[in-house]
Amino acid sequence: MSQHESSYKPGSRAEQWLDERLPIVRLAHDTAVSYPTPRNLNYLWTFGGILTFCLVVQIVTGIVLAMHYIPNDLMAFNSVEKIRRDVNYGWLIRNVHAVGASMFFFAVYVHMARGLYYGSYKAPREVLWIIGVLLFLLMMATGFLGYTLPWGQMSFWGVTVITNLFSSLDAIIPGLGTKIVQWLWGGFSVSTVTLNRFFSLHYLLPFVIVGVVILHIWALHVVGQNNPTGLDIKTKADTVPFTPYATMKDLFGIGVFTLLFSWFVFFAPDFLGHADNYTPANPLVTPPHIVPEWYFLPFYAILRAIPSKLGGVIAMFAAIVILVFIPWLDTSRVRSARYRPIFKWFLWFFFFSVLALGYLGGKPAEGVYVAWAQFFTLYYFAFFLLIMPIVGVMETPSAMPRSIAESVLGSGKPAGAVAAPEKR
Amino acid sequence: MTTRTSRIKRIVLLALAGATLPLLAHAAGEAIHIDRQKWSFAGPFGRFDPNQLQRGFQVYKDACAQCHGISRLDFRNLAQPGGPGFKEDSVKGLAATYEVQDGPNDEGKMFKRPARLSDKIPPPYANEQEARSIHNGAYPPDLSLITKARSIEYQGSLFAHPFHLLKDMAIGYQEAGADYVHALLTGYADAPKDFKMSDGMQYNKAFPGHQISMPPPLTEGAIKFQDGTPNTVDQMARDVVAFLHWAGDPKQDERKRMGLLVVLYLLITAVLLYFAKKRIWAKAH
Amino acid sequence: MAAHTEDATRRDFLVVAASAFAAVGGAATLWPLIQQMNPDASTQALASTEVDVAPVKEGQAITVMWRGKPVFIRHRTKAEIEQANAVDPSTLPDRSARNDALPESAPASDKNRTKAGKEQWLVMVGICTHLGCIPKGQGLSDVKGDYNGWFCVCHGSHYDTAGRIRRGPAPRNLDVPAYEFLSDTMVKIG
Repeated sequence: MSQHESSYKPGSRAEQWLDERLPIVRLAHDTAVSYPTPRNLNYLWTFGGILTFCLVVQIVTGIVLAMHYIPNDLMAFNSVEKIRRDVNYGWLIRNVHAVGASMFFFAVYVHMARGLYYGSYKAPREVLWIIGVLLFLLMMATGFLGYTLPWGQMSFWGVTVITNLFSSLDAIIPGLGTKIVQWLWGGFSVSTVTLNRFFSLHYLLPFVIVGVVILHIWALHVVGQNNPTGLDIKTKADTVPFTPYATMKDLFGIGVFTLLFSWFVFFAPDFLGHADNYTPANPLVTPPHIVPEWYFLPFYAILRAIPSKLGGVIAMFAAIVILVFIPWLDTSRVRSARYRPIFKWFLWFFFFSVLALGYLGGKPAEGVYVAWAQFFTLYYFAFFLLIMPIVGVMETPSAMPRSIAESVLGSGKPAGAVAAPEKR
Repeated sequence: MTTRTSRIKRIVLLALAGATLPLLAHAAGEAIHIDRQKWSFAGPFGRFDPNQLQRGFQVYKDACAQCHGISRLDFRNLAQPGGPGFKEDSVKGLAATYEVQDGPNDEGKMFKRPARLSDKIPPPYANEQEARSIHNGAYPPDLSLITKARSIEYQGSLFAHPFHLLKDMAIGYQEAGADYVHALLTGYADAPKDFKMSDGMQYNKAFPGHQISMPPPLTEGAIKFQDGTPNTVDQMARDVVAFLHWAGDPKQDERKRMGLLVVLYLLITAVLLYFAKKRIWAKAH
Repeated sequence: MAAHTEDATRRDFLVVAASAFAAVGGAATLWPLIQQMNPDASTQALASTEVDVAPVKEGQAITVMWRGKPVFIRHRTKAEIEQANAVDPSTLPDRSARNDALPESAPASDKNRTKAGKEQWLVMVGICTHLGCIPKGQGLSDVKGDYNGWFCVCHGSHYDTAGRIRRGPAPRNLDVPAYEFLSDTMVKIG
């Protein structure tokens, strides 16, 4: 996968024999051992490893849960309760999977924010970034489908509301939206048929994600990692080999992340969920506030900020799709926001807006909350469509170090000489 | 350049401040205030008190069971570790006082037999329709998950909310449902003069809308506790809520015990990994 | 530069210790993942089965379900009991009684495979000990094998009138589960 020159040397005749027929050890070596990583990466760069960890955890616990879960409207809720109460360590596995979804999204948001801040979407990493957006979409689909499965009140009404988004297409071609919704449901309402197919797709998509993750890593290894300075790698002094440097740092990052993860799993498993989902689905009663899981809230707020049904749906999807175009919307010569004195503040306010939208998405859609959601939605789009192109042209970047090595080790000192003051 | 940055900073801050003022005005809601209670099972070190669970089961049986099922519990759960810890023989005896349907027998008929440890605790109704026909249209919900299925709406100011959430995250606050059910059970009162009550409804301070069809289930001194615990409404409510909380999460004690070990292990591992990482990176500087 | 060469061993130790610690944790997570496949609490608590054997006439047999498995209950004739007693247990392919109520060392005599005073009733799990098929021999018109007991058609195992393996690939006698007579004709299995 890697574009740097292979440094793999088969250690034995057997390894050499295999290498000539299937250079899989060479591939692993070049990808995970000798791969040169910029030496100035901070801990935000461990989130790639953390996300891989999350994906593995979700797949393993998910396969196990599927051994006990029953995708049927009469039995789904009971089977989850049986997992919680009777299955050996079922409570643990179920908590890990449910909390794991939240942790996965937490990690992906940090990962994306890091990419935005340090300009990791800019040339030559456009394809890498777009694959990332695709992964984010796949994660959202998987998370949404998975939230259906416990078949509690929030599951049921969440599916009803979100699948009904497609009925907004009736505004374009009358009848089309309704047809699509019925196709998704396999009936005239959300039912056991819907649950069964959602379960099937929820099991399928993670493996699609695995495939796309491989593409993501491949693209990463072609163009190389970005770094906090946004500078290109120029000499060998700018890099360290992936193993042991990045491996050990990632391991530590994963260790700390697992601590946070465990806190929720063992001491606050329901904190990130919703109480209504402990009431079995009832097609006759809608809960007073329908809210999606927290990780969808910013987009949910955008949906509700637009007063037209179709407009809201378009805005919500556009909020994600727009990410695909930012490599070309950003006109700056400089990658890292660290050296972009004006853009930096707009970016921080963008992060704040997303958080604010997340908060507002959890509030009832009435009065002043809607007004604020509209304000932040406006900023969300203005940031990408106006601020990114205009500020990029207008602003003068601040002074930058000449190389990655210099940013870490200070100027004038040869690489590897003394410990740098730079915290890592 | 620095002046430009700081000017932008100032504008952003001003915009933020201006933006938040109207939110402040809106923050006062009409939601009902629910007091948080002290529970023995709260927090990472919290555990259920078996004596309290036993009393709670007694309250459930005497005051709730006529109308509310708890059908996700098997009789055997009452004897398992981490629960009320009744003796298995006495639970067997208790189970035998209930009848459950079994069958079909050799003649193809369904028949009744005394319940066993492996049976679910039978609910008071065959189905929801029967419950509604008995209770004038109201459906007394099954209580197996009641404290999990209820929550408290946040009351404070908007700005404090994120910090409030972070604090609850840090202390592992999971007892909102317990607090609510306790408030409900102790929340019966005479309706305020200007409050319009419908027929057959009761006024309750904690219930959303304040009109509840359930008559006050607990009365002072109605249940005698064998261990001499005072049988005030508050105490009975407390005990039965503890029992219901356990019924919703029978593995809680096991979960928290394992959690402490896992967190301890992870702390040590993280520290070790940190120093190992430092060692390795020392070479690169 | 000099600083790190002198404590190279300490560094190696630290790195190895940290990695080992992390690996142990990773391995420990396998335990719940494996355990979850074992029978869960509700399955383990499953009730015993009670059967009224009064309607079963001499020479007839019934099959009942216990823990998802068939249990054979045969009301044996005098001749069948005598046939079973006529064999010296020490000459059998499997000499153990395979009775849940007895130690494994108990010889496979007919007495050890039934309850005293109730020798006419033979109660066994009806699963061939070879590869888990259900042997024939319950129905009146079934083939009963060369020893007049049961015959497993899958791979040709012959069981005698005490359910002991006599010929064929099966390694063990049919298992006798824990059971008791609650009354003269009421059997509780499990």
